[in-house]
Amino acid sequence: MANLKNTEKKTKAQAMGMHTEVLTGRTQQKFFNPDEAENFYYFGTYDVDFNKRTDLDVKDMTAAEANKEIDNLMSQGFGTIVIKNPQGKHSLGVGILNKLNLIFEGSLGYFGMGSCDGPIVRINGRVGWSCAENLMAGKVVIEKNAGSCFGAAIRGGDLICKGSVGARTGIDMKGGTIIIGGDAGAFTGFMMQRGRIIILGDVGINLGDSMYDGTIFIGGEIGSYGSDAVDSELTKNDQDWLKRKLKVAEIGENFDVSKMKKIVAGKKLWNYDNLEPTEKKGAI
Amino acid sequence: MAKKKTKTKSKKEKKMKLGTFKETAREKMIGQHIGYRYDVNLLPDYKKITPFLKKYVEAMGWDDLNWLEDVHMGYEEGRPAVFCRNANGWVTIPKSFKLPENQQDRDMIARELLVKFQMSPKHPLVDLKKAYLKF
Repeated sequence: MANLKNTEKKTKAQAMGMHTEVLTGRTQQKFFNPDEAENFYYFGTYDVDFNKRTDLDVKDMTAAEANKEIDNLMSQGFGTIVIKNPQGKHSLGVGILNKLNLIFEGSLGYFGMGSCDGPIVRINGRVGWSCAENLMAGKVVIEKNAGSCFGAAIRGGDLICKGSVGARTGIDMKGGTIIIGGDAGAFTGFMMQRGRIIILGDVGINLGDSMYDGTIFIGGEIGSYGSDAVDSELTKNDQDWLKRKLKVAEIGENFDVSKMKKIVAGKKLWNYDNLEPTEKKGAI
Repeated sequence: MAKKKTKTKSKKEKKMKLGTFKETAREKMIGQHIGYRYDVNLLPDYKKITPFLKKYVEAMGWDDLNWLEDVHMGYEEGRPAVFCRNANGWVTIPKSFKLPENQQDRDMIARELLVKFQMSPKHPLVDLKKAYLKF
C-alpha cells in the first residue's frame, strides 16, 4: 500500500509546489505462510466440480438475469455450464471470478466475458466489440470471428480467436496473451503496455502504435508499423514458447514459428517525463 | 595488480545488485522509478516450473501458467519483491528466503509466492470484500 513519507528536505518538485511528500515505497510488509500452500482459490469463491454439468437456456432472459443465474449455478457447485440460445446478447458472462468451464452455444454481442478472473470459456460462434475486456486470468476461445477492441485492456490469461478480428485488438493491454488464427485490423496492439499478441495471418496498418512495452508476433504481412514499434530478434525461447502456446490455443500447431516477425517497443516515447514539469508549470 | 582486479570485480557486482541501479534526474525528483527495472517481456521457461505451480494449473483446469506468465521477480526499495495486482502493491520477499541467481528460477518462485499470497485469507482484499461486497 502507498507509504507516503514526510520529509523536510525539499526536492525540485516539492519546491515547485507539486507535492509535499516523497512518493516512494509501495511495499507491503506482508509475508508468505507455507501452511497456506495448498489453497488454489480466492477466499470466498465457490467450490465447483468440472464434472458437475448443467444447461442454461437464456433465450427469455436479460443479460443481468442470465449472469445472476450463472452465479447461482456456481453456488450449487456446477463446474460446467452450457449456455443455450445466447442470441447475440450483450454483456453475457461478465464478472466471473471463479474456476468454471463455460460453453456458449451461439454468438455473443458486445462486452461478452468482460472482467473475468479464472474461467475457461468456449464460444461456438462470433463475438462483438470488446470481448473479454479486462480479463484477469483464464482462457477464452472464440471459434469464429471477433469484432473490434478484442481483448481491450486485458491483464492476464489467454484470449483466442480462431477466425479474424477487427481493429484495435489488444488496445491498452497490460498482460496476458491474445492469439488470432486469422487476420487482424488496423491499430493492433495500440498503446499496449505489457503482454503478448500472436497473429498467424496478416495485420492492418499502424501495428503496435505507441506501444509502451510487450511483444507482438506476426505470421503474415504487416500493413505498416505504428509509431515506436520496431522489429526484434526471435529467440529460441520465443520459438519454444510460441509452439507451446499455439498447441494450447488449438490453432496453428504445424505453423512454422521460426518465420514469424517479432515486434517490440522502440521505447523512444518514454521521454514524456521530461515534458511533464514544463506542462505542469504552464497549467499553473 | 591482483588487488586492483578484485576491487573492479566487487564494484561491478555492486552495480548489478538489485535495487542499486542509479536513478535518473527525473526519478530522483519525483521519488519513484520510471519504467520497469526488469525484463517484463521474459517468457517463462517451463522446464523450471515448480510442483506447486503444476498443481495450481491442474486445479484451475488450464494448460499452462496462464496469467502467471506475466509475473516476474522484481524489486522494491532494494529488496526482491513481487507485484500483487489485486492489492496494487509490491510484496517483499522475507529476508530469510534465499533466492537463486537465475531469473527464470526467481520468476517461478515469485509466481508460487504470489499465488499463496493472493489465495490467503489474510490478503488485504478479503477485508475489503467483507466491508464493501454488494452482491
